Amino acid sequence: MKNFTYAAVKDYGQAFNESERRGAVFLAGGTNLVDLWKLGAIAVDHAIEINSLPMLGISASATAGFKLGANERMADAAAQADLAKHYPVIVESLFLAASPQIRNMASLGGNLMQRPRSITYRNPDITRVDPPSRFDAIYGVSQRSAAPHPSDFAVALLALDASVRLRDAQGERTVKIDDFYRSPENSPEQLTTIRPGELIVEIVGPALPWGFRSTYTKIRDRASYQFAIVSVAAALDIDGAHIRDVRLAAGGVGTRPWRLIKVEDGLRGKPASVESYQTAANLVRGTATTHTYNAYKVPLLQNTIVRTLLKLEAMV
Amino acid sequence: MVRETGPISPMLAATKSTNGGSDSFSAELSFRLNGDSHIVVVEPRTTLLDLLRDRLRLTGTKIGCDHGTCGACTVLVDGRRVLSCLTLAVTIQGKEVTTIEGLASGENLHPMQQAFIECDGLQCGFCTCGQIISAIACIREGHATNIEEIREWMSGNLCRCGAYPNIAAAVYRVSREQGNL
Repeated sequence: MKNFTYAAVKDYGQAFNESERRGAVFLAGGTNLVDLWKLGAIAVDHAIEINSLPMLGISASATAGFKLGANERMADAAAQADLAKHYPVIVESLFLAASPQIRNMASLGGNLMQRPRSITYRNPDITRVDPPSRFDAIYGVSQRSAAPHPSDFAVALLALDASVRLRDAQGERTVKIDDFYRSPENSPEQLTTIRPGELIVEIVGPALPWGFRSTYTKIRDRASYQFAIVSVAAALDIDGAHIRDVRLAAGGVGTRPWRLIKVEDGLRGKPASVESYQTAANLVRGTATTHTYNAYKVPLLQNTIVRTLLKLEAMV
Repeated sequence: MVRETGPISPMLAATKSTNGGSDSFSAELSFRLNGDSHIVVVEPRTTLLDLLRDRLRLTGTKIGCDHGTCGACTVLVDGRRVLSCLTLAVTIQGKEVTTIEGLASGENLHPMQQAFIECDGLQCGFCTCGQIISAIACIREGHATNIEEIREWMSGNLCRCGAYPNIAAAVYRVSREQGNL
């Protein structure tokens, strides 16, 4: 593998200067980047190590929302008590991802930048496409890719309407997670709307006073250390016997984290009952694109939604 | 003890600078390994795993998948378990690395090594060094209070012989001996 140059930067000015170099990439935990570089899927001429940049700190409350520094490691964020108390869906999505070793290494910002685990993204030629398989996404697919997005954390963030704070040499902007990710369409190389030279510096979420009643359900082929075949991030607000508000997003089913807006709309104001959950979960059928091998994901998603809502209902 | 290792590859010898600056294809790396100080010159593309095995001749840490899916290359960096195959050596500047070679005190095995032997926690042995390092961290993290928890928190270390029940039993035994249960 071709050698590259390396700079460990201490401040943003240095980071953005270094990022002007040809073939420059930012390196944090390296769990995805080093893997992809070994495969030849990402060319690296210059690695800029950003682990010393001051993108740290985790805070969470019911009234002020949450702030997660992009340089925090998955394991550290997952062990944060305030986050676990007010937004358990986030810590569960982190705990249920990858392995202890990877969670010790991987940064939160890097987690959001990881690539799907399909041949399209894991070889030097991005025009290659996997043959149809049982892992394929059912939403947001195109001729170029049906690879499901791999991040659990991003699904939790989407359900909570979170945003990423992006920074480059020119300044900062804040982008909602929903606008950060894109479906592959004709340009599968563009998984996000981040610009060249831009860094995720922080992940921020608005206050959700009922966020304490949230959870992440992950369905996998083995009990641990596996990507989701279907997952659901949910938060539920119940007023007496009725659903006042609900948030639902799904993983393993979309080429990007997938918000289940129609199901949410179908639940608001309805009785908090298994019948309501089943009826609303039926709405996922409408826009799903399936083939022989992945059609099972539709009923699996429905069942996972129902199971997740029943779990949240029981927490009341 | 400080060990100096000079440039060994033609590419390293050809580079002008070894100060780790951004124009350099090599960098001077100072770190601690199993209690000893080391200064080595490495290329940025060198993984910690390759540095340990090929340069420092510590072959206890194994190359399994080389892509972060099997855990055979697990080492401790500043006490945290990480995958050395996905760690670029240049990023461990100033840090403390512990490998399987650093566990025993002379002829006395580390309690986890002893427990793996006594519980028959291995067959072919290829994953064992990664398992033992990971198991030590698993207990230190407080994630070894019962077999279920051990199975979950050891899931980053695959064993193709399927010695899992005995591996979990070894971790449980050490955790209990250390008064964690």
